[in-house]
Amino acid sequence: MPAVQETVERVRSIDVDQYKYGFVTDVESDKAPKGLDEDTVRFISSKKNEPEWMLEWRLGAFRRWKTMQEPSWARVKYSPIPYQELYYYSAPKKKVGPKSLDEIDPEILKTYEKLGIPLREQEMLAGVQRSNVAVDAVFDSVSVVTTFKEELKKAGVLFGSISDAIREHPELVRKYLGSVVPVSDNFFATLNSAVFSDGSFVYIPKGVRCPMELSTYFRINEQNTGQFERTLIIADEGSYVSYLEGCTAPMRDENQLHAAVVELIALDNAEIKYSTIQNWYPGDSTGKGGIYNFVTKRGDCRGHNSKISWTQVETGSAITWKYPSCILRGDNTRGEFYSIAISNGHQQVDSGTKMIHLGKNSTSRIISKGIAAGVSNNTYRGLVSAHRKATGARNFTNCDSLLIGDKCGAHTVPYIEAKNSSALFEHEATTSKISEETLFYCMQRGLSQEEAIALVVNGFVREVLQHLPMEFAVEAQKLIAISLEGSVG
Amino acid sequence: MPLLEVKNLHAEINGKKILNGLTLSVEPGRVHAIMGPNGSGKSTLSYILAGKKDYEVTSGSVSFLDRDLLALSPDERATLGLFLAFQYPLEIPGVTTMTFLRTAVNSVRKRRGESEFLTPDFLRLVREKAASLNIDPEMLKRAVNVGFSGGEKKRNEILQMALLEPKLCVLDETDSGLDIDALKIVAEGVNRLRSPNRSFIVITHYQRLLNHIVPDIVHVMAKGRIVKSGGVELAHELEAKGYAAFEQAA
Repeated sequence: MPAVQETVERVRSIDVDQYKYGFVTDVESDKAPKGLDEDTVRFISSKKNEPEWMLEWRLGAFRRWKTMQEPSWARVKYSPIPYQELYYYSAPKKKVGPKSLDEIDPEILKTYEKLGIPLREQEMLAGVQRSNVAVDAVFDSVSVVTTFKEELKKAGVLFGSISDAIREHPELVRKYLGSVVPVSDNFFATLNSAVFSDGSFVYIPKGVRCPMELSTYFRINEQNTGQFERTLIIADEGSYVSYLEGCTAPMRDENQLHAAVVELIALDNAEIKYSTIQNWYPGDSTGKGGIYNFVTKRGDCRGHNSKISWTQVETGSAITWKYPSCILRGDNTRGEFYSIAISNGHQQVDSGTKMIHLGKNSTSRIISKGIAAGVSNNTYRGLVSAHRKATGARNFTNCDSLLIGDKCGAHTVPYIEAKNSSALFEHEATTSKISEETLFYCMQRGLSQEEAIALVVNGFVREVLQHLPMEFAVEAQKLIAISLEGSVG
Repeated sequence: MPLLEVKNLHAEINGKKILNGLTLSVEPGRVHAIMGPNGSGKSTLSYILAGKKDYEVTSGSVSFLDRDLLALSPDERATLGLFLAFQYPLEIPGVTTMTFLRTAVNSVRKRRGESEFLTPDFLRLVREKAASLNIDPEMLKRAVNVGFSGGEKKRNEILQMALLEPKLCVLDETDSGLDIDALKIVAEGVNRLRSPNRSFIVITHYQRLLNHIVPDIVHVMAKGRIVKSGGVELAHELEAKGYAAFEQAA
């Protein structure tokens, strides 16, 4: 599978960068002490050589966070997170990983095998510490990354880590950071604002169509910035960018709590397409040890005629709390949300979107496909609202849920608020079960039960898969089949 | 040696007895017709042969290619070469007919130890077979059976049959809901598949279908078992006399 191969290549490049930037720093000084107070925030900021304004921004967020309550409205259950017991900063290269694949959950290894990932790459994905990196691999990927960066530079596209951007492009960062997801937005976003480790920064200049799809895998140290990732993407007037985040291979991580923030800004006539495949470790068969994923993703169609489109395939994590949203501020703006959320085993998913119509004739479209199996719970939660001035606002929402087995749950919680009489909102929702009859029909044609389920589910989510970039879609299709293995007893 | 050997089969669903000592032997290359009134257990027989869950076999045995058929899962039976053309084919939204065909055929071929088709070869094969069944190529791009007419669904069943190359084809009321033109196309499709290595069990209410698919042996089924067997003339006798006489005999 070439697409998988490509992922592997990208993963390889991560390791290369780690190698390039050294394994040699002193362990002790690279880790902030356990717990979170102002000193932790100062420590992080100073480790990253941040300017004073950035530190003040973080401290403001931290002070705010101390006054906030963890939200409890989502349909997810988990034991209290011991915030003072966590580590908030450890230098990327210094994380202590498992020494060999023997220490990795065999279920993950099986999945790697099914995705066709070679042994050495499996080790990298699983975070196994290696003392050396094969020389050929180093040369290969360095050249790939270099070519890639040169092409972007020619187009004038800025693409790098947010830490670098804070130092190199402070005017852009100061102008836009926190302008879509304010520091005080919500408990997890505020926490992220105080302690974010790293993330991506993208700026597409006026009138530029980004010459390639931007993927997180080309960025340094990606593997280790997952915990409190911060992403900022700005599409200036008339520009276009497609951004891919994630990987089909399940990612192992030491940190159970993840609270990322993603902000997108589209100015006049600009378009941003953001695609995610999320496959964090969902925990073992009893649900233990999975990632808690509390993400705030929001796009602002700030300019007229701008467009933001979110496409997500969510298959991993023990808990997913995620609502990629669009603020349709400009006139004639468009927001889209295409989502596939699969929960199996003990996973809990509470995901959806918000479409906030502020501009005239703004339109939005929501297609959500939830699939629940095992003893999981899968909730769609969405808000569509039209401001008084958003005349001619239109939304179409379609939420379908598919149940596999009889121990899982699917829930749909749509909120609709129209404050002007010309807004036109449509909402469709269905819940169905994979019928025994359909499975029998497929099996009579020679498909195993698991193949039959995968086929039916891929049919169910087809409309969303079509919105993913080609190579991502092919991988997603395979991933869906793998995610649902063992879903019927 | 018979391809299929059903011996004294008793089966029930939700405690209700449906099959009541059914015995049937099918030799390779033969076409058997099973006729009988509603509720005689014809469809139940086809479902039990194909391995549908809901039914409980309380006694008797079924061997297929010298294997204990009842011990196998539906997909294992399909792999061995048992095909059931459904009376009511199921719809699979979002899955194109072509994808479904390719998935099924390659899955079966893989498990039979044969090589999987390359996509271009497979497309050519499907188009060719589809054309012989008067299937519009556009139909192959539509989701499996979704919005298909009765005739299209049945032709789609025969197309799958042709591609999966089974050893035993069970046709469950394939004539139901077909007009005479569609019936002819379907029957011709079946006749083209007749061969010394392939047997058929054609289940039907009416003699009409048997004018187009001429059977070697005709069975009359009533109250869960076969009450009379004979040649084609038996079908004509049934058409003339009706089922009542046979039901009393059972």
